[in-house]
Amino acid sequence: MIRVEHLSVRAGDFVLREAAFAVNRGEHAFLMGRTGSGKTTLLEAICGLRPVIAGRVLLDGREVTSSPPAQRGIGFVPQDAALFTHLTIREQLGFALAIRRRPADEIAARIAELAGWLSLQPLLDRRPFGLSGGEVQRVALGRALSFHPSVLCLDEPLSALDEDARAEMGELLRRVRELTGVTILHITHNRSEAERLGDRILILKDGRIHPAG
Amino acid sequence: MNSIAPQPPPPLFTGASDQRFVIALILLGGVYVVLIVAMLAADATFTSPGHLLRALQSPEIRHAIWLSLISCSLTSLLSLWVAVPIGYGMSRIRFRGQSLVDALLDIPIVLPPLVVGLSLLILFQTPPGRLIERIMPVTYAVPAVVLAQFTVAAAFAVRTMRATFDQINPRQEQVALTLGCSRSQAFWLVVLPEARRGVLTAATLAWARSLGEFGPILVFAGATRMRTEVMSTTVFLELSVGNLEAAVAVSLLMVIAAFTVLLVIRRFGAGQNWNRNC
Repeated sequence: MIRVEHLSVRAGDFVLREAAFAVNRGEHAFLMGRTGSGKTTLLEAICGLRPVIAGRVLLDGREVTSSPPAQRGIGFVPQDAALFTHLTIREQLGFALAIRRRPADEIAARIAELAGWLSLQPLLDRRPFGLSGGEVQRVALGRALSFHPSVLCLDEPLSALDEDARAEMGELLRRVRELTGVTILHITHNRSEAERLGDRILILKDGRIHPAG
Repeated sequence: MNSIAPQPPPPLFTGASDQRFVIALILLGGVYVVLIVAMLAADATFTSPGHLLRALQSPEIRHAIWLSLISCSLTSLLSLWVAVPIGYGMSRIRFRGQSLVDALLDIPIVLPPLVVGLSLLILFQTPPGRLIERIMPVTYAVPAVVLAQFTVAAAFAVRTMRATFDQINPRQEQVALTLGCSRSQAFWLVVLPEARRGVLTAATLAWARSLGEFGPILVFAGATRMRTEVMSTTVFLELSVGNLEAAVAVSLLMVIAAFTVLLVIRRFGAGQNWNRNC
């Protein structure tokens, strides 16, 4: 689960104050708010990519407020996917396990499993150049899931997709959650998507979190 | 946008006013292109294969060519050695006095070459400089050739690496951190491979720049035949004794080397931008 307590984060002149919320284990929570309301800043702070001024972040009961990103065990999918252009899709999916020095057969098995879930088999030996928006997001999702994280943080992964790809990715996210039991915190601007897929909707407004209502 | 957007088509110039516009561009810009081609053609027609062969048979010129090739390659490696960390630091880290450091890094580019040489000469007359000289002779020796080339070439390599790292999406590094990388793993496994084209461009640019370096070498390393003579000083020495054929022959060799390096830069530099789209 994700628990955020009285979290204050600064991003340039913008300050997010006293953010507090909890997402239970296995839940799919959506974080909504106007552009510039600090959604990405909050997600970055949870992932350990932005220092916090005050407050605490707990993942599965473990405080990670000052832990480096590598030790938090969060799968992160940024808005632009940020695929590694020098690696093939196979190498991207195996990257996190290779860093952890897992045996080659375990890495190969995980790549095959993820490729199966996300329909990436035909793309495995390609590099990201030339992939469609939906394919890019599926690779980014597979890369984030590769090391069995208990938490996924998604920053508008569906925003640049067309209607069909968006529906397909929504369905994929639902299936991934069923298969892995991962807790998801997901930024979106799409209310209907949040209501359709989410267990919980959090609204970020004036630097504070409000439950949807 | 996550998918790779198709390139816009090249502009079409069809109407009469378009054609007049293109003719104006050609007339204005063409003068410069013609100047470059005429210069190279003059060099090529002034010399002959016989002159080139005679130049290549001269032990002094052969020594200068070897010293140029070795010192330029060494300078290129040394330039990368400093340009990669400086370029990365300047691109990713914000600190007080950054604009001052940025301006400082450009000084070797804007300083007159003779002043660079003179400054190096004076530096090695100071107590720390003299100490280095006691351990390893630098001034008027081969290390001075490399140091004179490095001082200027590294500044160009730093600029190139800074621009390269600026173009690489910092999100890739951040994702690498969340996937389990330490800072240095993220750098070695993600950032540097992503910057490979920029690294090659910086290395070739530093190499080409070193090949043409003359002023600082003349002042700091001298132009002693069979010792500190490089190709640019050969041209000067041959000219000073009135041997125009040899000077032009060596110049032509330098043109060929520089042109090859420029083609390499074009080849590797061409694909630098597309990684922003993924």
